[in-house]
Amino acid sequence: MKAFLNIVSRDLRLALRQRSDVTMAVLFFILTTTLFPFGLGPEPNLLARIAPGIIWVTALLSVLLSLERLFLADYEDGSLEQLVLSRASLESAVLAKVLAHWLTTGLPLMAAAPLIALLFNMESDAFIILIIAMALGTPSLSLIGAIAATLTLGARRGGILIPLLVLPLYIPTLIFGVGAIDATMNSLEAGVVLANAKSHLMFLGAIFLVSLLIAPLAGAAALRQAME
Amino acid sequence: MVQSLFTGEKLTCIRGGRTVFTGLDLSISQGEALVLEGPNGSGKSSLIRLLSGLVRPRSGHLFWHGQDVTREPEIYQQQLHYIGHRNAIKPVLTVLENLSYWAGFSPEKPSDLSRLEQALIQFNMLALKDTPANLLSSGQSRRLALSRLLATEKALWLLDEPSVGLDVNSVALLETAICAHRAKGGAVILATHTEIGLDTPQRINLSNYSPLYNTALLKQEHLEESWI
Repeated sequence: MKAFLNIVSRDLRLALRQRSDVTMAVLFFILTTTLFPFGLGPEPNLLARIAPGIIWVTALLSVLLSLERLFLADYEDGSLEQLVLSRASLESAVLAKVLAHWLTTGLPLMAAAPLIALLFNMESDAFIILIIAMALGTPSLSLIGAIAATLTLGARRGGILIPLLVLPLYIPTLIFGVGAIDATMNSLEAGVVLANAKSHLMFLGAIFLVSLLIAPLAGAAALRQAME
Repeated sequence: MVQSLFTGEKLTCIRGGRTVFTGLDLSISQGEALVLEGPNGSGKSSLIRLLSGLVRPRSGHLFWHGQDVTREPEIYQQQLHYIGHRNAIKPVLTVLENLSYWAGFSPEKPSDLSRLEQALIQFNMLALKDTPANLLSSGQSRRLALSRLLATEKALWLLDEPSVGLDVNSVALLETAICAHRAKGGAVILATHTEIGLDTPQRINLSNYSPLYNTALLKQEHLEESWI
């Protein structure tokens, strides 16, 4: 537990000192989403209809941008081999790095999402569902991404491999993330908003729990392999 | 006869399809030092990584206090320091922050600042303790990496060319540290090209075990291959 907090606090401190790395993902998210109204024309109904999809797809891509640096810097400067040799269990070390990654990437995206939703004229009823869906979905993105980031460590030009590995695995999160918001927007009465989105949110939760279980194990195995 | 701390039997390392060394035996007791010698590519770094458990031997066994630990290096990894070619230093953190991060994995009190400062004093780094590591020269970075040896106490030191980039005075500091470690019953295995002053070290010349330099082994290897 002490090692876990040690890693989280160091990664957060590193992120604070290198602010450009953190702000890049969320800036990419905001800039890219704001391009769509310019490309598609200012039609409020159309924009509100496609907003969930655009928010989620862009969020996936923003997370993808930040994945390469998750383990690569530690791999290159020798920190990773020291981590393997340290008393920390590798599984909890992977989890700690994922938590720090989510705090510096997923959380800012979650905070920026309602802003973008406003820009797309999304119904205000759907905002709360959007935030819940992001809260359940973005941790899975960090967890699944960590598996790919560790697997590509030894490979030359691993950065190109990561999207190929990760994007297919992100599809379920995308489907249920968008589905949750769509379900609320199609509902006529405000009272049934949560009920309509519930099944989608539960799937997002299930994906999160499964990746929470698998990612530390797979990540730790991949790290050990990367040391060879 | 003192019981040996760490023993390797008939160690063979194969990297990228090439036999780096084969049939290597070594044994080190408390208070002893072992110097690995040999020309470039004879497998000094590979042997040190293998002894640290980062790389598993292709064949042969490792014993820690007489217990076979070839398959479970975690048992003894907590009791060794490994200083590789890379210093595991984060450029945006200060000297003291870098050191306290690595010391934070040990079970000792986290706020044991005096111990960290003592380690920095030993390597003449205390004046630089609040300096960001990206301002350090390569010799200073090396000294910071070496301070880890003293920040937490471990029985076995594995040093891969520890004196690279160090000036004469700093090499003397390293010699003092090794001497004190051995006096406390610690063991040191180090690979080096330059002479580091040690009191009656064992020596292993890796070119005797490397098919690249020992043609007798090369013939044997060819025989084995043709047999396969």
